[in-house]
Amino acid sequence: MNTPARLRAWLFTGAVLALAACDGPQSALLPRAEQAEAIDRVWRVMLWTCTALYIVVLLALAYAMLRRRADRRREGIASDPLLRKTLAAWVVVIVAFLTAFVALSYAEDRRIRGGEPDLEVRITAKQWWWQVEYLDADPSRQFTTANELHLPRDRTARIELRAGDVIHSYWVPALGGKEDLIPGRTNAVWVTPRENGTWRGQCAEFCGLQHAHMALDVFVHDVGFFERWRDTQLYPARLPETATARRGKAVFEQHACATCHTVRGTTAGGRLGPDLTHFASRRHLAAGLLPVESPHLLAWIEDPQRLKPGAQMPAVPLAPQDLLAVNEYLLGLR
Amino acid sequence: MTRYDDAARRRHLAELERVWADPPGLRGWLTTVDHKRVARRYIVTALVFFVLAGVLALAMRTQLAVPENTVLGPDLYNQVFSMHGSVMMFLFAVPVMEAVAIYMVPLMVGARNIAFPRLNAFSYWVYLFGGLLIFAAFALNIGPEAGWTGYTPLSGPDFSPGKRTDFWAQMITFTEVAALAVAVELVATIMIMRAPGMTLARMPLFVWSMLVTSLMVIFAMPAVMLSSTFLITDRLIGTQFYNPAEGGDHLLWQHLFWFFGHPEVYIIFMPALGMISAIVETYCRRPVFGYTPMVLALVATGFLSFGLWVHHMFATGLPPMGNSFYTAASMLIAVPSGIQVFCWIATIATGKPRLEVPLLFVLGFFALFVLGGMTGVMVASVPLDLQVHDTYFVVAHFHYVLIGGAVFPLFGALYMWFPKIAGRLLDDRLGRWQFWLLFIGFNVTFFPMHYLGLIGMPRRVYTYPTGLGWDTWNLLSSAGAYLVALGALLFVVNVARALRRPADAPDDPWGGPDLSWATSSPPPAYEFAHVHEVRTRTPLWAGPDGEPQLELPVLHGLRTDRREALLTTPIDAVPECRWAMPDPSIWPLLAALSLTVAFVWSIFDPWGVVWGSIPVGVALIVWFWPKKSEPSLQATE
Amino acid sequence: MSSRCLRASVGATVVAALLACGVAGCDRERREYRAAPAAPGSERPRLTDLQPGGTLAQAPSATGARYEGNAYHINQGSRWFRSFNCNGCHGNGGGSMGPALMDDQWRYGGTIDQIHATILDGRPNGMPSWRGKLTDQQAWELAAYVRALSGNVSKAAAPSRREGMAATPPLTRIKPQPPQSSDPSAQNPPPP
Repeated sequence: MNTPARLRAWLFTGAVLALAACDGPQSALLPRAEQAEAIDRVWRVMLWTCTALYIVVLLALAYAMLRRRADRRREGIASDPLLRKTLAAWVVVIVAFLTAFVALSYAEDRRIRGGEPDLEVRITAKQWWWQVEYLDADPSRQFTTANELHLPRDRTARIELRAGDVIHSYWVPALGGKEDLIPGRTNAVWVTPRENGTWRGQCAEFCGLQHAHMALDVFVHDVGFFERWRDTQLYPARLPETATARRGKAVFEQHACATCHTVRGTTAGGRLGPDLTHFASRRHLAAGLLPVESPHLLAWIEDPQRLKPGAQMPAVPLAPQDLLAVNEYLLGLR
Repeated sequence: MTRYDDAARRRHLAELERVWADPPGLRGWLTTVDHKRVARRYIVTALVFFVLAGVLALAMRTQLAVPENTVLGPDLYNQVFSMHGSVMMFLFAVPVMEAVAIYMVPLMVGARNIAFPRLNAFSYWVYLFGGLLIFAAFALNIGPEAGWTGYTPLSGPDFSPGKRTDFWAQMITFTEVAALAVAVELVATIMIMRAPGMTLARMPLFVWSMLVTSLMVIFAMPAVMLSSTFLITDRLIGTQFYNPAEGGDHLLWQHLFWFFGHPEVYIIFMPALGMISAIVETYCRRPVFGYTPMVLALVATGFLSFGLWVHHMFATGLPPMGNSFYTAASMLIAVPSGIQVFCWIATIATGKPRLEVPLLFVLGFFALFVLGGMTGVMVASVPLDLQVHDTYFVVAHFHYVLIGGAVFPLFGALYMWFPKIAGRLLDDRLGRWQFWLLFIGFNVTFFPMHYLGLIGMPRRVYTYPTGLGWDTWNLLSSAGAYLVALGALLFVVNVARALRRPADAPDDPWGGPDLSWATSSPPPAYEFAHVHEVRTRTPLWAGPDGEPQLELPVLHGLRTDRREALLTTPIDAVPECRWAMPDPSIWPLLAALSLTVAFVWSIFDPWGVVWGSIPVGVALIVWFWPKKSEPSLQATE
Repeated sequence: MSSRCLRASVGATVVAALLACGVAGCDRERREYRAAPAAPGSERPRLTDLQPGGTLAQAPSATGARYEGNAYHINQGSRWFRSFNCNGCHGNGGGSMGPALMDDQWRYGGTIDQIHATILDGRPNGMPSWRGKLTDQQAWELAAYVRALSGNVSKAAAPSRREGMAATPPLTRIKPQPPQSSDPSAQNPPPP
């Protein structure tokens, strides 16, 4: 038995992991909001305590296996008082650590819930995309977008979570923990971002065929920039500028596209799919599937089922020139 | 061992042999109620399902090896991972542990057969038919698609069209019936069929663990029975249990499912604890240190496991104060686990360990299970769970506790008990190769998953984009999966090679402490020539260093001209009465067949329950028809 | 042991073989997320079969049968039925402004091909044409669901209760009502 060798292997693996870059747009190891930082504190305490305890157990096991047994004296039967005292001490140690863990996790759990919100957003998860509504006391200042969440830095946002069909789970690791969106219930999370940047979230509760392609882009801006973004989003869609784009608008309104999608300021008013009013200002299409760029969008409109099998958007038969026109029209919706 | 050297004893054995033997040929194969034959079938079937579910896991790891892979499409992937989870949990883990117990518990308590042996045969057939059903459905593209947890509404009628989820839910019904039957038999065997003198305080720890496990099965299974029946009726006849608009609730499913699902994990893990105690005891030649704390720890784990299901639901928006209660309850489980780990290490330290393959697997258990336990404490913390819940961190955690905590001890126990089961020893060198392949392969596969979860990879995704830092770790993990498969293959090779040799295992190859080693390997149909009397906790050992006990006291007085067993009192095991054990019968098989027809029929038509129950009733009536010649219970003189 | 083992493995092989035969005898469940390529000639103009009362004898199309027997398509149809507000006129199939869809009375024919045509082309006195607003596959799926509303699809494929308020019994539990020749009320159409 070569327990020390195994132990070395473990320590080595740990060191490699610690050195490996843990950034990435969807990592919980680089907290960028107050709530994520609270969770990260729990994580650090537990990681190091548990690692230490783990090493203690393995060392004890190694000692038990490797100790010299030259003497054949009858030792350590159930009545051995030293072993019994050690057992009692071990239980006390475990209970002490657990009590500390419970207290810590309760204290940090209180921090990540609640707070006076500066901003209210409602996210409704659907198979397989996110509908994002910015709420406001003034109805004219409410608007709907999709698959993107923009937040002001150092402000607390309360995000109301609802589900349109099955259970989903909102999770943006850099900003905090996850919370389920359950039909018939309303949940909420609070987010207070601490750094400008772009992060990625993803549905974390298995929600059917395209659970893997249900991402949410999150942008954190300065307050001023955020307000400007919000004002832009309130405008109806831009009018098409080129002849092709104008044709695209007509095709969009007269074909099945408009049955499901809304483009504010046009006759397209479907409520089934994402609001496309400012589609081209978004980073990704189809909930993080592909970047909003011409060849990708063209392929998506032509046959969504090839790229995201099972998605609710059907392939709408369009003549090639109509397809190009719709593509150009959508890419102009900044 | 008692020696038989005169003609009277030979006649005694010949008569026992004649009375307890199965009919020859196919009839005997179909009608047998011998717990050893049934258990062997159970073990082989469960291991076959293990291999099949393992192949599904390989398919998943192949799909996930590189980003944007297209080996499996989303629909097939969802079915594959749902099958993998369901088969591993319902058709492998619980049944294989019960199967080993069906074989070993009657031997360990010195009984002639398991209690209710026909029920035992029935339970095997029901289990087999349920397993065949779900694989046939999977082959027809009607496999489960909503995960092994089958959350509504995704598994409900509106989002899972067709019969996929119905077959899955009905497969659970099959395994429930089988598991409950076995649990009842084991409780009865342990409570009233122990050898005289084997008081509760002298029971082997494996028997204790199976007693607690069986009681947990009896209390946990009704919850999943309710939840899956509600789901079937929602889907088939339009009840509204899981429809919030009509007064139902989706969280009802989660509560019911996890009220079963969390104890389920301990139902799998608890027998493994007993196996570890048996292995440590045998290979260190030392009674386990702290018998009483060990038993109390088992019972405490059994109770606690029913009080912490909500830690699967921290992200569903339940009240924070309630969540914290479940955090505390979940973490409490670490106390009995810590006690047991301490006691085993103390036993090893004070004993004289022989590093045979089974002990090697136990050492592997320590390395893996303790790590899984640590991550378990982490996921019990509400804030931390909100980050890692439903990510690969959790996937890593439960594979560490289930494979490290249950499958490693199981392999160890199979190496130890294989001579008792098959009359042959497994090859030691192949066993060591298997251990190291499994151990290294397992860590390569699952350790990176901790990190993958922390850097954002959710569970149950059929593919993932590149550029999130997940690619290398997934590739590594997939490579490890093939190592694990190789290790499992070595076990198959080892068993196949052993079975080609003649049965030459000695009665007690390891110098074990309990009664199962006091008979031949494999034991005859009547188990023991005479009923043994037990006076210590380790009846085959004369002293604390495992010196062999040469003379075992026996009890006379049971009739040998018919199948008869001795019943003893539940606590002190004082002989109480004699019990006529049933003969082989075809009716358990026929009852299981008609039950299968009723269950499958009811997937398509609710009237299947009504009409299908008629043949079941007929089969049960014939099965239980009283026979005048066999008074069922008779007081001993 | 080894002879028992041999027998057990022979038994297992026999069972596996029987199972394989059984499995091979059944149809695999189909899930098609994209429309199958249209059969040649299926895009014929639908101009002449628009008439009240008795319908023109038409051979049922293979496409219709494929949709009608498929649980996934029927389920998608039920989704579209709610999403595109068919309920607005047909009230969960019970009818209000539009005719009921759960009975055996059909003004313009109750086969899946006729319903498909009704959806795409529209009918006088209220039913709008959805051609161009829906894809052909969506129309087929809707038609299959409408057939299920009167119990005219296989029970194994019919949808059970839906999420949301329950307005009808689950379609797995209703009595099949084969289409009758015509709806008596169609003989006296209401004034436009």
